[in-house]
Amino acid sequence: MDIFAFLVDGLLIGFVYGIAAMGLTLIWGVMNVINLSHGPIIALGSFGVYILFTQFGMNPYLALLVMAVVGLLLGMLIYVIAIHRVIDAPHLSTLLATFSVNMIIIGIGTTIFTTTPRTVDFSLGSISAGPITVLGTRLTAALAAVLVTGALYFFLYRTTPGKFVRAVANNRAAAELMGIPSSRILALSFGLGTMLAAIAGSLIATFFPFTILSGGVYELKSFVIGVLGGLGNPLGALAGGLVLGTLEGIIPKFLPTTWVPVLEFIFFIVILLVRPTGLFGAKK
Amino acid sequence: MKRLLTILFVMLVSASLLLSACAQQPATPQEPQAGESQQGASEEPTGKEVTALIGFTASQTGKLNVESTRQINGLNLWMEQVNSAGGVRLADGTVVKFEAKFYDDESNTERVQELYTRLATEDNATFMISPYSSGLADASAVIAEQYGKIMITTGAASDSTYKKGYTLVYQAYTPASKYLTGAIDLLKATDPNAKKLAIVHENDKFSTDVSNALNDYALAQGYEVVIFEGYDSGTTDFNPFINKIQEAAPDAILGGGHFQDGSTFAKQLFEKNVTAKFIALLVAPPEPSFAELGDAALGVIGPSQWEPLAAFTEENAKAAGLAWYGPSSADFVAAYKAKYNEDPSYHAAGGYIAGMLLQHAIEKAGSLETEAVKAALDATDTLTMFGYLKFDTSAEAHGLQMGHSMVYIQWQKDSAGSLVKQVVWPAEGRTAETIYPIR
Repeated sequence: MDIFAFLVDGLLIGFVYGIAAMGLTLIWGVMNVINLSHGPIIALGSFGVYILFTQFGMNPYLALLVMAVVGLLLGMLIYVIAIHRVIDAPHLSTLLATFSVNMIIIGIGTTIFTTTPRTVDFSLGSISAGPITVLGTRLTAALAAVLVTGALYFFLYRTTPGKFVRAVANNRAAAELMGIPSSRILALSFGLGTMLAAIAGSLIATFFPFTILSGGVYELKSFVIGVLGGLGNPLGALAGGLVLGTLEGIIPKFLPTTWVPVLEFIFFIVILLVRPTGLFGAKK
Repeated sequence: MKRLLTILFVMLVSASLLLSACAQQPATPQEPQAGESQQGASEEPTGKEVTALIGFTASQTGKLNVESTRQINGLNLWMEQVNSAGGVRLADGTVVKFEAKFYDDESNTERVQELYTRLATEDNATFMISPYSSGLADASAVIAEQYGKIMITTGAASDSTYKKGYTLVYQAYTPASKYLTGAIDLLKATDPNAKKLAIVHENDKFSTDVSNALNDYALAQGYEVVIFEGYDSGTTDFNPFINKIQEAAPDAILGGGHFQDGSTFAKQLFEKNVTAKFIALLVAPPEPSFAELGDAALGVIGPSQWEPLAAFTEENAKAAGLAWYGPSSADFVAAYKAKYNEDPSYHAAGGYIAGMLLQHAIEKAGSLETEAVKAALDATDTLTMFGYLKFDTSAEAHGLQMGHSMVYIQWQKDSAGSLVKQVVWPAEGRTAETIYPIR
């Protein structure tokens, strides 16, 4: 088998990594907040789809739309309760606030769902071409990632609230002077970030087993991707996800799979050293 | 400020020393007097009823939940049966009833050590049963030994636990070193031309022990191991391994780990259309819920510590000149199904047999004294519905299971098209021919 099969699998998972990282990087870019509750929200997205699918028989992709709305509202609620009061405090305060939210979600999630892995038993079949077999669910996830990225860009560049988000990201004080309600826009931005996390979790649920702790892995990867793509640059996040996915796909072709995280994080440090603004440049 | 820090440091050191002194007090091995159990009764008065506390942890949450729950179900069934039959009568006429004391270990090694220490010191458990899995059992065994408590390990196959000089830890399962070697024998008998193997296993203690032993055995049998790789516990994406497997085109895929990863691996092998002729995975296939994978389960082979079909009967014990103990498989299966409304897996039988081994030893010893029960366990040489049970009593591997051996099941379809387990190895216990190649 040529390297192509390894590459395809890597790219497909890379799209999901990208969309997970996009939420983290959006919140960072607009608010300068490192959201440590990102991982558990990804897991909540997975559980939302699981509950809607197993309890109500809802199609997982319809459930994804429901979870996107839930994610948006949950993010705005988290902002109002935990972030708003410390938004202008030093980074450590917002870091601790989001870490607290992280611990609360994991605690409640473990109590309700336990840490027993769950699966959404849903299949869209597979497509085979020679030695390459691609699952329908993974292909759909990649497609969804592209659509969500497009929608996010449309929102940010073609709608008034989106322009407000960009204005606040560029210069909050100036935006406020122009009459933009910055608090509401910050809440909306945090909501958008968690919505993207919930969407990523919903997509992951369609092909991988998960627990309430599963989001931690994607959160960690999101940091790497954020740095790769440039913090605050959503399109860079998608590209960074694809770079990371490609690495994860190709490395096992040549080395034992246990080397994947080693090389990924070496790459991460190298990028930090030689191009701290990321491969595609940070955006504010 | 410096003075304040110094005072704080001295206070902290003093508090640590005090705490460690308090913690070490119960570490002196104590004879597990039943009279010291929750009932507060003494063993001495003849005809009196005492309660022996059986301490253990259950993985009610976490990745080991499925296997652990069944194991505990089996143990609880044994306890219910022995208590409702009037308990065990000791030599002095004292009747022993059993009571469970357990905690959720969350499938977590650190929690296991903390909780077994609590079972030994605060709850004063009379005997201990290990948690499920080699890693957790290994973590608990050191606590049992340290506090002088007899422990029956079940759901724990690693050999290494019994090679650490412990004297109170006894293994119910076939050791890991013999866990998958029968699959090589089966492959050899089924297809003498098969040569290339891929071994992909979980990177935990049990699966690594099994896979290392399997690799050695396969090489000794003349096989070429084209892939030998471990994956992290909790892995959900097996595509990198599957791509490698497809590239190496082995005749057989062996390995796995526990239920969740094993069933995910089997599912993804099927989804990616891997055309292996033979797949044998640890732990997951013998579980009844493995059938929920549908066609992905078809043809998958798994080693099982016990199958109800296996021919371990009182008649066979007599014919072999062995002592028989306990109920028949059919009676166990019927009681288990009546209580839990599902078929018992080997994990359930393992839980049941752990309790039964203790009961057998207490009956033989006629006492709850650690030394007497230990001597009785050392002398165990009996056939049960779980199989033949005998422990190594050498100093090098005390407590290692020597008598028991594995059976291999394969998921096949019955005439109605439903997935059913069939015993395919050893040949003398076979209930169906092996499906080969499976895809």
